Amino acid sequence: MNDASKATELYGVMAEFDSPELLLEASEKAYELGYRKMDAYTPYPIEALPEAVGFKKPILPRIVLIGAIIGGCLGFFMQYYASVISYPLNIGGRPLNSWPSFIPVTFETTILLAAFAAVFGMFALNGLPQPYHPVFNVPRFALASRDRFFLCIESEDKLFDLTKTKKFLSDFKPKDVYEVEP
Amino acid sequence: MSMHYSKLRKPVIEGDKALGQITDDVARTLERPPTMLWWFAFTLSFSLLVIGVAAVSYQIKVGIGTWGLNKTVGWAFDITNFVFWVGIGHAGTLISAILFLFRQRWRTSINRSAEAMTVIAVICAGIFPLIHMGRPWLFFWIAPYPNFRGPLWVNFRSPLLWDFFAISTYFTISLVFWYIGLIPDLATLRDRAKSKIKKVIYRITSFGWNGSARTWHRYETVYVLLAAFATPLVLSVHSIVSMDFATSVIPGWHTTIFPPYFVAGAIFSGFAMVLTLMIIARKVLNYQEYITLDHIEKMCKVILTTGGIVGLAYATEMFMAWYSVNHYERFAFINRALGPFAWSYWIMVSCNVIIPQLLWFKKLRRSIAFVFVMSIVINIGMWFERFVIIVTSLHRDFLPSSWAMYKPTLIEIATLMGSFGLFFTAFLLFARFIPFIAIGEVKGVLSYGRNKNRKPAIIQNSETELEAVEA
Repeated sequence: MNDASKATELYGVMAEFDSPELLLEASEKAYELGYRKMDAYTPYPIEALPEAVGFKKPILPRIVLIGAIIGGCLGFFMQYYASVISYPLNIGGRPLNSWPSFIPVTFETTILLAAFAAVFGMFALNGLPQPYHPVFNVPRFALASRDRFFLCIESEDKLFDLTKTKKFLSDFKPKDVYEVEP
Repeated sequence: MSMHYSKLRKPVIEGDKALGQITDDVARTLERPPTMLWWFAFTLSFSLLVIGVAAVSYQIKVGIGTWGLNKTVGWAFDITNFVFWVGIGHAGTLISAILFLFRQRWRTSINRSAEAMTVIAVICAGIFPLIHMGRPWLFFWIAPYPNFRGPLWVNFRSPLLWDFFAISTYFTISLVFWYIGLIPDLATLRDRAKSKIKKVIYRITSFGWNGSARTWHRYETVYVLLAAFATPLVLSVHSIVSMDFATSVIPGWHTTIFPPYFVAGAIFSGFAMVLTLMIIARKVLNYQEYITLDHIEKMCKVILTTGGIVGLAYATEMFMAWYSVNHYERFAFINRALGPFAWSYWIMVSCNVIIPQLLWFKKLRRSIAFVFVMSIVINIGMWFERFVIIVTSLHRDFLPSSWAMYKPTLIEIATLMGSFGLFFTAFLLFARFIPFIAIGEVKGVLSYGRNKNRKPAIIQNSETELEAVEA
């Protein structure tokens, strides 16, 4: 099998690093060089790494804001509907829409729906639950949740070339470079 | 080793750990068979739980006439227990959310267990109002849904209903916050699991987490947001609990300082419970290097602060009773301090205000035995605080002919014991099956205070570990 056909079959090429510093350096250089379809895998969040692999605008906060607004409105109008429209009770001529006493419940539903938006938004954007991912085909990837740092450049990238990409990654003193089966 | 550390910032955990070592240390307690001590503690707390289940079944079958309540004292043991357990939960949220927003990095080694404590404590709390309903199988009537009773809606102007919304939201968010924090650690366990069943369980529960930079970024965003939501939430929950009392017209309850007073008391008692649990756990699970003396000292300082606020609130209540020139208010407070329940008032004052002043001494804050005893004293004191507020305000009401005394029945005492049984049983199971320390978070703060020029100590025993994984 020649390299070209093999490259299209692969998910990508992965390098294993000993330290977050090396990984960060490799990611930044790769991005500079023009690689875009790549991701870094670490046992804990590393500052500046998402930017280094080209993660741009997070949209999650906006989803959460929408969730909060919906939660607040729903919470308030649920109480308004029950007290003013569906079953109005005249108690000594007090206002039906006694909004100050509706605030606690409105506050709670705002928080609740915002939190749901945050959590389920995160799951959706991250593609979780994720039954299968090619990176797990590399046996040493089991260390990504322990103490090793991985950078995977995917074969879908325009610049991807099996030999060149491998060579590029080897320049950053990785422990090893692996081919990732799809 | 000390040369590797910055002079100004001490590292948050001791022992100069490598990354892999943290995984090993935390996962090892889950992988080895439980110790005799664990079985002993489990048997004890499970027996308490069984007693509780029996007592609860009995009082549900017969009715809450099995309690010592009477026409004058309509709330007593049950609501005391409810407020006590909700309060316990608040320390967990404070540690996981508020200290996170304040960038208190030392929280990383205690937040997982404190959050677990929160979730369990809120479950314990929730049981009490449920029983108090008398017909708990109709509990869903408290939810607003279209029904064939009118439709008769719940009373949105009642603090008791606010309480239902507050507690259920609080429970949901605490649980979700806790589980989100758990996902990366479940992935860690998945990657080192050896048996097939464990692998499958962890694969499912970790949702296929792979720790990519994008995933981590969104994860951290959610974490910050949830922390930002949980912070006002935790303040609102105990404020609303206090409104159950403050919006009534009972002298002794009808005060504006209740919300902040209750919140401070909740954090005060919650930290005491965290200390009780942590001091045992660090010893039994061998986590002295993670939950260090510094952690204990810092928690003691939180206790000292919130205890001070609680003391101030007691004094303010007394002052307001005098300054208001309201006979009933004055009588309620004189009766509290000198009436038939004076003993409970003075237990409260000594346990919550007087004895904790010893924590001003650094030597005592760093003495494990002393802090442990202190934490139990505070737990007792804070349980009595709720008892004092509820029972002494009610038992001598406006009309002397209806004055009454209150004595808990055996059923009520058994229910309280049962809730402790549930709490410790659940906590022991947590310590057995779920990483007690947030592995990923501790790794993130490992370099804190370390000399920048030093090569990270990472490598070590990863190779042998990997062979095991491959096999």
